Amino acid sequence: MARAVTTRRKVITTAAAWAIGLLIFFPIYWTILTSFKTEAQAINDPPLFFAFNWTLENYAIVQERSDYMRFLWNSVILAGGSTVLGILVAVPAAWSMAFVPSKRTKDILLWMLSTKMLPAVGVLYPISLLFVQFNLLDTRIGLVMVLMLINLPIIVWMLYTYFKEIPGEILEAARMDGATLKEEILYILTPMAVPGIASTILLNFILAWNEAFWTLNLTAAQSAPLTAFIASYSSPEGLFFAKLSAASTMAIAPILILGWFSQKQLVRGLTFGAVK
Amino acid sequence: MATQHSRSAARLMMAPAVVLLLGWMLVPLTMTLFFSFKKYLPLRGDSLERGLDWVGFANYVRFIGSSSFWPSVQATLIIVGGVLVITVVLGVLLAILLDQPFWGQGIVRILVIAPFFVMPTVSALVWKNMFMDPVNGILAHLWRFFGAEPVSWLSDASVQSIIMIVSWQWLPFATLILLTAVQSLDSEQLEAAEMDGASPLMRFWHIILPHLSRAITIVILIQTIFLLSIFAEIFVTTGGSFGTRTLTYLIFQRVVDSQNIGLGSAGGVYAIILANIVAIFLMRIVGKNLDR
Repeated sequence: MARAVTTRRKVITTAAAWAIGLLIFFPIYWTILTSFKTEAQAINDPPLFFAFNWTLENYAIVQERSDYMRFLWNSVILAGGSTVLGILVAVPAAWSMAFVPSKRTKDILLWMLSTKMLPAVGVLYPISLLFVQFNLLDTRIGLVMVLMLINLPIIVWMLYTYFKEIPGEILEAARMDGATLKEEILYILTPMAVPGIASTILLNFILAWNEAFWTLNLTAAQSAPLTAFIASYSSPEGLFFAKLSAASTMAIAPILILGWFSQKQLVRGLTFGAVK
Repeated sequence: MATQHSRSAARLMMAPAVVLLLGWMLVPLTMTLFFSFKKYLPLRGDSLERGLDWVGFANYVRFIGSSSFWPSVQATLIIVGGVLVITVVLGVLLAILLDQPFWGQGIVRILVIAPFFVMPTVSALVWKNMFMDPVNGILAHLWRFFGAEPVSWLSDASVQSIIMIVSWQWLPFATLILLTAVQSLDSEQLEAAEMDGASPLMRFWHIILPHLSRAITIVILIQTIFLLSIFAEIFVTTGGSFGTRTLTYLIFQRVVDSQNIGLGSAGGVYAIILANIVAIFLMRIVGKNLDR
């Protein structure tokens, strides 16, 4: 009897959850679907769900007209470069805060977090001015630096919360056995920290990839990533739904796939360890 | 037992991150403060080389006194508030639903989270054109199907449309964090309450909601910080017209479009103060968590 009730309840829950899930996902599904239609089919009334001629021509046209590959490459360089650089700076910092904490460690961590709260628009002009002064405008290196700096607090925090979970006794045992600081980091900490570092890399790559204030304001032709590539479809090309969809699909597909792998780390990373 | 040696090594290892962030914070901030007290209109011949006129708090007074200031504060509050209400309320309900046993949990969770990974410019453009376009948008099709007149969403209901787009992007975040919190709820407590005859609504109100309060607070604070500075969603949809000019966008226009650096910088200082007020509350919660 009780069993029957739970099965019925499970069926209802399943139906409700799937309906809501599909509704939320619908805009993405619709974009991907439309990217395979012709322009005429894309604006057909009633909307076409399956019965249309699948075509790849939109992808070819988008690549040809706006050089998708260059933007993609810029996105990879910007997101990848800023993440790698951020990790290089953050790992030593997070390591020392987690294993050699001092009275000020907590304050430093909170202060780092506070730099993340600085509204970008408040410092837009100074940063542009510095970019002009140092000839960084529309260069990839300049943006790599900016993206690294805006995500550095999150990287340090994530790494810190992961490192904190490594038991300190292991380190003490290693020290007793005469391991040097370098050996300690290389042979004991690094292997234990790899999963945490990997998820940190993943999440920050995603955040940098989707960053759309600095990438829109500090780039022009040379260093523009996919965020700017899509913004250029604002008008009038945006009215060509099939091409807009193809461009959008190409911009989000890589990160959508990466994102699905990182969903567990997302919570920890974005709440600075406050929710695990 | 940390030795003196490892202490100084630790300090050395922390140095690059600290120095970089300190520079990143202080240099632009000092410059913004500096410009906010100056008359600086590059298009009217003011230049750094020839020196700028000191104008005291004139920019601050003008920024607040301008006719677009209060509407922009209002737009900011409505958009941030609207998105917060929608994402938190739906997020709590969705988290509880997704926590129930059902078939295909993993797949549904992926579907729900997906919008968070869509870059802001893409979601704004897809919504603007493919959904909200008054002629060919899918919502226009739907409206016509029911015999209604299609709505010009981004001009006639611009603020609601922006709230809709941004909520779609942030609902996954709220749901995911609240779901994590729901999962840590002690199920024995719920079962005991059920045995004692507590209705589902009472269980929700007296057990689930109090348990979620911390996670809800965190969601609200973190989202507020990000929402106060939403930019791309407005940049590619309305461009700040039809009452969607938020404080962030107003400052952006002062600096980039009208090239009034002094005025924009004063606005920037206001935005920084505003963000810091929110930040203080967030830091308290996160800071408490560090002690545990």
